[in-house]
Amino acid sequence: MSSWLYSDKVKAHFMDPKNIMFDDEGFEYDAVGTTGNIKCGDEMTFYLKIDPETLTVTDCRWKTFGCASAIASTSVLSEMIKGMKLDDAYSISNVDIMKELGGLPENKVHCSVLGDKALQKAIDNYYRSRGMDDRVHETESRIICRCLNVSEEEIEHAVLEGARNYYQLQEMTKVGTSCGQCEEEARERLAFYIEKHFGNDSKDSAQGRKLPGR
Amino acid sequence: MNRIYFDHNATTPLHPEVRKAITGAMDTFGNPSSLHEDGREARALVEDAREKVAALINAEPEEIMFVGSGSEGNNTVLSIMSCTGAQCGMHPPVNSQLVVSTIEHPCILETSRCLENRGIGVRRVGVDGRGLLRMDELEEALESDTSLVSIMMVNNETGSIQDIPRAVELAHAAGALFHTDAVQAVGKLPVDVKELDVDFLTISAHKIYGPKGAGALFVRKGTPFCPLIRGGHQEMGRRAGTENTLGIVGLGRAAELRALEMDAEEERLARLNLLLRDGIEDRIENTHFNSFPEFCLPSTLNVSFLGVEGEALLLYLDMEGIEVSTGSACASGSLDPSHVLLEMDLPVEYSHGSLRMSMGRSTTEEEVLRVVEVLPGIVERLRMMSTAYDGSCR
Repeated sequence: MSSWLYSDKVKAHFMDPKNIMFDDEGFEYDAVGTTGNIKCGDEMTFYLKIDPETLTVTDCRWKTFGCASAIASTSVLSEMIKGMKLDDAYSISNVDIMKELGGLPENKVHCSVLGDKALQKAIDNYYRSRGMDDRVHETESRIICRCLNVSEEEIEHAVLEGARNYYQLQEMTKVGTSCGQCEEEARERLAFYIEKHFGNDSKDSAQGRKLPGR
Repeated sequence: MNRIYFDHNATTPLHPEVRKAITGAMDTFGNPSSLHEDGREARALVEDAREKVAALINAEPEEIMFVGSGSEGNNTVLSIMSCTGAQCGMHPPVNSQLVVSTIEHPCILETSRCLENRGIGVRRVGVDGRGLLRMDELEEALESDTSLVSIMMVNNETGSIQDIPRAVELAHAAGALFHTDAVQAVGKLPVDVKELDVDFLTISAHKIYGPKGAGALFVRKGTPFCPLIRGGHQEMGRRAGTENTLGIVGLGRAAELRALEMDAEEERLARLNLLLRDGIEDRIENTHFNSFPEFCLPSTLNVSFLGVEGEALLLYLDMEGIEVSTGSACASGSLDPSHVLLEMDLPVEYSHGSLRMSMGRSTTEEEVLRVVEVLPGIVERLRMMSTAYDGSCR
């Protein structure tokens, strides 16, 4: 077969995904987290078995309604987190998974975020269920643009969907297109999420351009 | 591994006879516009091809102009909407409303959005659950200010065949011109432009075993026209640019062969389609067929599997050497699943898991049986790992 759509490692994990939750296996778990939505075309659920003494992931399973990239990246992630402290597992970033996978096409990155988002939800749910609320990471998404009610989460989403400079971000989210006071903060978040998901190479390429405020 | 190509609506391999015609013309390098012998030789090939394409759809040769693709043909027709007549001197439509269906190919939908941005009114007519145009909506959309109606003859995703004669009748009664994107229809079912009474019709070579990069546009004699590509006298001043002689030769030969092979082949494909459909229905639960045999091309079968994501399904099939398409969002690179299936009101749980299988002249019964054998295992495998499919559905 000629070169495959994705890297060999993606292909290997897609062909033989690890740690899938099969109903008849009867896997017992201490925490579960789901993210995504069938309507958007992908959904992911992570199941964790956790050692309460050491707060370590001892085993895990997952399920998805997702594409090849979602399947492969979650398979890799599920192998990475076994034996890991919960807080270390929580901080695994998309860039780490990409590195492990040998890369994904940019338009596929948003599929691969699904696995670590579901994992993070499962970890937060575990802390909550054990009354360890101080350890919960998830906070309500902060509003950056108060005029048009654009949240951090929307900025992150836009980055995953291809926004690489402030102009594109504005086109996609309308951030800072009214009073414009949030520009500095929005640019900072933009750079943060680009680096988080795509590393250093994809910095804002059109620093100066922006949509005019009203 | 033997590959099973079930993606003929995407493109087709060259017919061996088309290949022969193209290779035979490769040394005919002359510019068809040149007056000397090399030029005249090339001109003869182009005009011969024009006659063959005309014959396939019962048009006059001078009503056929060659274009670079089906998309170019469609863009050309829509571009007459923004013609002012000042430059080209042709007779632009006086009115300024365009009517299209909601399941057109993106080259119509995006172009009409672009026209809309330039101030041209666009009305969109929907389809029913079978993918058939809502004639009552069309009737409503047509007003005295409608100048052009563009409705595809056969949908590329589901194979649904529209009632073009009825739509033409309505459009003409309202005084509008009628265009049909017949890229998926010509060469697969009988098309007679005189009987259909259409004003414009688009053809593509690579969907009918011809080469990529060649297409044709039928423009009824006397119909207002405005070129999309200007600056040359080629194609009666309708499309500037030196003719793609090899592509045109290939299209001509492909058209000629289609006239000979089409009828018998469609009968054979209808049998295979039934075999495929029944095989899937018998072996896989919770499926939804998006192609309806009474209204669809026999070569196309579009089916959705509950709880299964289409891109993953496509790639697992590819590993088995089976090549298909999907309407899944993930395969398209956007977040939206197939606009055609959404317009048909297919529930989203199904629309992300659609598979388009399109057969052709090389398709055999063994291939169909192999697909029917392999598909259930892959669907089952994906359903076992799916968050959107639980045992209670079974």
